[in-house]
Amino acid sequence: MARTPNERTLRGRVAVVGVGETEYYRHGASPDPEFKLALKAILAACNDAGIDPREIDGFSSYSDDRSEASRLAAALGTHRLRTATMQWGGGGGGCCAAVANAAASIVAGLADCVVVFRSLAQGQYGRFGQTDGITTISGERAYLMPYGVLAPPQRFAMRVQRYMHEHGVKQEAMRAIALASYHHAQSNPRAVMFGKPLDEAKYDASRWITEPFHLYDCCMENDGAAALILMSEERAGDFRNKPAYILGAAVGAGYRSGAIPHNSPNYASASFETLAPDLYRMAKVGPSDVGVVQSYENFTGGVAMALAEHGFFKPEEANEYLTLDNLIAPTGRLPLNTSGGNLAECYMHGFELVIEAVRQVRGQSVNQAKRSDVALVIGGPMVTPASNLLLGSGATL
Amino acid sequence: MTSHAAYLPSGLPIPVPEPDGLSAPYWAGLQQNRLLVQRCAHCQTWQFGPEWLCHRCHSFDVQWTDVEPRGRIFSWERVWSPSHKVLREHGPYLAVLVELPEAGNVRMVGNLLGDPMQPVTIGAIVEGEYEHHLESRPPYSLLHWRLTAK
Repeated sequence: MARTPNERTLRGRVAVVGVGETEYYRHGASPDPEFKLALKAILAACNDAGIDPREIDGFSSYSDDRSEASRLAAALGTHRLRTATMQWGGGGGGCCAAVANAAASIVAGLADCVVVFRSLAQGQYGRFGQTDGITTISGERAYLMPYGVLAPPQRFAMRVQRYMHEHGVKQEAMRAIALASYHHAQSNPRAVMFGKPLDEAKYDASRWITEPFHLYDCCMENDGAAALILMSEERAGDFRNKPAYILGAAVGAGYRSGAIPHNSPNYASASFETLAPDLYRMAKVGPSDVGVVQSYENFTGGVAMALAEHGFFKPEEANEYLTLDNLIAPTGRLPLNTSGGNLAECYMHGFELVIEAVRQVRGQSVNQAKRSDVALVIGGPMVTPASNLLLGSGATL
Repeated sequence: MTSHAAYLPSGLPIPVPEPDGLSAPYWAGLQQNRLLVQRCAHCQTWQFGPEWLCHRCHSFDVQWTDVEPRGRIFSWERVWSPSHKVLREHGPYLAVLVELPEAGNVRMVGNLLGDPMQPVTIGAIVEGEYEHHLESRPPYSLLHWRLTAK
């Protein structure tokens, strides 16, 4: 596809040439500390690409990852460091933004070989789902925590509840999202929930965490690390695996999404109403071109909202669209979270979703979708800034 | 109205103003049974949570304004799984998001007083109840909500 001179875009200019991850563990079960996990994932991604880790000249991450770029560069003995980029805020909403920021560094000529990664050892540093040990609190959480609105399930349930109310979305739609992740995890030996299938009855009987979230609507908490290597299009063909090109990316949120506490004007939203049009415009594709989707499950409700905002169905159609048959590879209408995602593969803060999209484009997924030339990743929903990413094979350029 | 028994056990994080004092009038107001919300003196836009300027016209003259604690339930959740050790033996509780039509539909989070298993209806009319912890160090007060008697 022709690019007009001076067009400002990431489309086709940067490719993922290597992906890697550590073993994925239950929270607290990693034998390795967090920084060592990061190193292992980065080396695995370099090995997958067939490049010398010393060639890495940039690092990009999100959610205040503690494995800091300069220490990584020193530990790996990289020849030099040219870019060190941290996405500002939004937690797992930054998993695609970290890729976009790294790609932008390459397009701008700041760096040539950037690793994007996330490392998490919740056993070492404390669980996201528990909030003990805080005496006083100020800022946004001061308006929430004294009322028992403490951890992510309580912080997001009211948003999903409002969405279900406004659009008549039923619990069964949420259940289908959980079932799809667990279904795919059963053929993924990397998945923490490999060998632990889920069915409708088990979902229905599971305890409430915070209504409207059952246990299986909520992501896991895990230890591990995942990484990928980005290079410019000129070098993308020089490596072991088929390149997965960036077709587009978008970062941010709509008008006053950050109005606390729970005062964003478009409250019943996953934050993609402005990002999805930007993404499709840059990628020069539409929802009907997307063959497979990885959509960040902090909670299943956020996935339903995010998919609707990316144009796959109208919110009022969610109950008909979101069925297990529609969401599973290879032949579902829209294979979703084909590695098992945050619910059943590993809560690698969404970075396992980016890696799975690369595997889909390469044709290497354990749950390969029938159409996988154009693979969508949607980062953490209902936060700001959020982010998304479209990857494509060479044939899509 | 003031309630006497605390809705949730003590030991949850205590709200305090930020180091720059932005929300200090709000928290001080609750201790005096007053609900204060920012309103722009220039364009009359309501604003909550607080900010140093009006998001609509950028005037820095945003004034803390008394509001009657009356509203309607915008969303709700029933919390079952404890995310804090003091809640481990407590059982389910209700949190609600209340919008205040008399203050530009700004929204506030609180607990819905009464039976934690009561059915909750979005749109239901509620009124505020202050819950004081003035012996606490630091002292603080919360604002809860109760369904308005028909």
